[in-house]
Amino acid sequence: MTTTLTAPNSAPRKRRHRHRPIKGRGLKIYTVVLVAWLLLPIGVMMLFGFNDTHSKQNFQWEGFTLHWYAHLFDKKDLTTALVNSLTIALLTTLLATVLGTLAGLALGRHRFRGQGLANVVMFAAISCPELVMGASLLSMFVATETPRGYLTILAAHVMFSVSFVAITVRARAVGLDASIEEAAQDLGAGPWTTFRLVTLPMVMPGVTSGALLAFALSVDDFVITNFTSGATQTFPLWVWASTRTGTPPQVNVMGTLIFAAGVLLAVGNVVLTRRRARAR
Amino acid sequence: MRRVKGVLAPYLLILPGGLWLAVFFAVPLVFMASVSLMTGNLIDGFTMTWHWQNYADGLDVYGDKVVRSLWYGLLATAACIALAYPAAYWIAFRGGRHKSTWLFMLLLPFFVSFVLRTIAWKLVLTDQGPVLGPLKSWGLLPEGFHILDSGFAVVSGLTYNFLPFMVLPIYVALERVDHRVIEAAYDLYAGRFEAFRRVVLPLSLPGVFAGVIMTFVPVTSDYVNASVLGGPGNTMIGNVIQTEYFTNSEYATASALSFTLMALLLLGIFAYARALGTKDVLEAAGR
Repeated sequence: MTTTLTAPNSAPRKRRHRHRPIKGRGLKIYTVVLVAWLLLPIGVMMLFGFNDTHSKQNFQWEGFTLHWYAHLFDKKDLTTALVNSLTIALLTTLLATVLGTLAGLALGRHRFRGQGLANVVMFAAISCPELVMGASLLSMFVATETPRGYLTILAAHVMFSVSFVAITVRARAVGLDASIEEAAQDLGAGPWTTFRLVTLPMVMPGVTSGALLAFALSVDDFVITNFTSGATQTFPLWVWASTRTGTPPQVNVMGTLIFAAGVLLAVGNVVLTRRRARAR
Repeated sequence: MRRVKGVLAPYLLILPGGLWLAVFFAVPLVFMASVSLMTGNLIDGFTMTWHWQNYADGLDVYGDKVVRSLWYGLLATAACIALAYPAAYWIAFRGGRHKSTWLFMLLLPFFVSFVLRTIAWKLVLTDQGPVLGPLKSWGLLPEGFHILDSGFAVVSGLTYNFLPFMVLPIYVALERVDHRVIEAAYDLYAGRFEAFRRVVLPLSLPGVFAGVIMTFVPVTSDYVNASVLGGPGNTMIGNVIQTEYFTNSEYATASALSFTLMALLLLGIFAYARALGTKDVLEAAGR
């Protein structure tokens, strides 16, 4: 809805100059400043990945070096933590996307008893403070004497991602035309074929953004992981623990590389979609 | 035949995800509720004694931390609205062809891990950092001036970390506003301010509402910012709960405090929804 009045017989032309919403200049400058403010810490983080520091605290600029890029994987436990974060995020994405897509289809394509309850549970799981979810999971694991580690982190991550996937898929599924699926069935497609060739492609954008969301939530999660991890470390947990003793520059380098990879992926995705749309 | 399948289908679809949420979301809450009424310690174990006193004791000792958390939460949420709204407004109405680029710029911090972002914000605020350093050397600030280890540092960190959560829903709501409705306001002799106050602002409130839910709840229960930026004098309830669990192993007190926090936040949200006249909380939040 970006087009401004195009109705043929609208108000006389002379009024038009008053129709503009508040003028842009000041607000534009403001937005630029806000973006700069948001990016300033990221710039500082990147810069201190090049800091030739010799003390444990990486707070004082002491000169430029590429040392930390060359010795990125020197801290074995930091590397392990990063690998854990990435594999947990991948497995979470896989599981949460499957479970969330099915639930999203149920909520978006069907009317059934208990639907209201399901919606409330999803909303509760999304709006519940992470601290409370983490604390309650810890209570359960302690009470049932479940050893905490990789698998409990994974279970928790799937739990908080699944509602986000379900909601994005539901949003996409709600607007679909049911007659397309009926047409597929009239043409002799079974339920599975209909799902694979008709329903799934139609909700695919919702599934993709849900999966991306699940990955992003999982790889960055700190609070719930903190409560469910036991002795297993993830990247955020390692960084958190390092704030007591001093965060090594390798952390800044990894942060920089993750940032660059994320931005490149996002921009690449947009460029590809645009190119494909233009090709049509 | 198809009718029967149609009746069963949604239940089969929702079953796996529903079970997962039941086992790892609902059941743990029940466990926490029961632990919060137990007495005991880590060595002798905890036994159920319906010890409601845990709640009173927790509030008695840490009531000031609860109040401080709610206060910081309110301040940071208000700051997020004030900072996010003008930018979201400009992008939605004047962003032109580059709307999504601008929005993307505002969401860039999401590509840096939350804990790391907080540490980076600490780097910015350090005494000789990129902000205070030059100001001090130009003589604009006294040498002893510092920001870290203060309530202001914590609120600024919370605002910085959660701002994108506020920008997004407000932008979505503003972007949906039908420009013809604003035209109508002008045709009815509303001035710019009047049109904003009586047309645009009310239409964007569901976005603000969603933004408040997405920021106030995590901000109030956060303990990373208070720990990294606030020093020992500005701890929030999240820090207390974390310490009670991991350092003191006082599971009963910690559970009681967690439950109190959740209850307060839920009450806050519903009171807020009532005050705003939002009939369907689910719908507003779902946007």
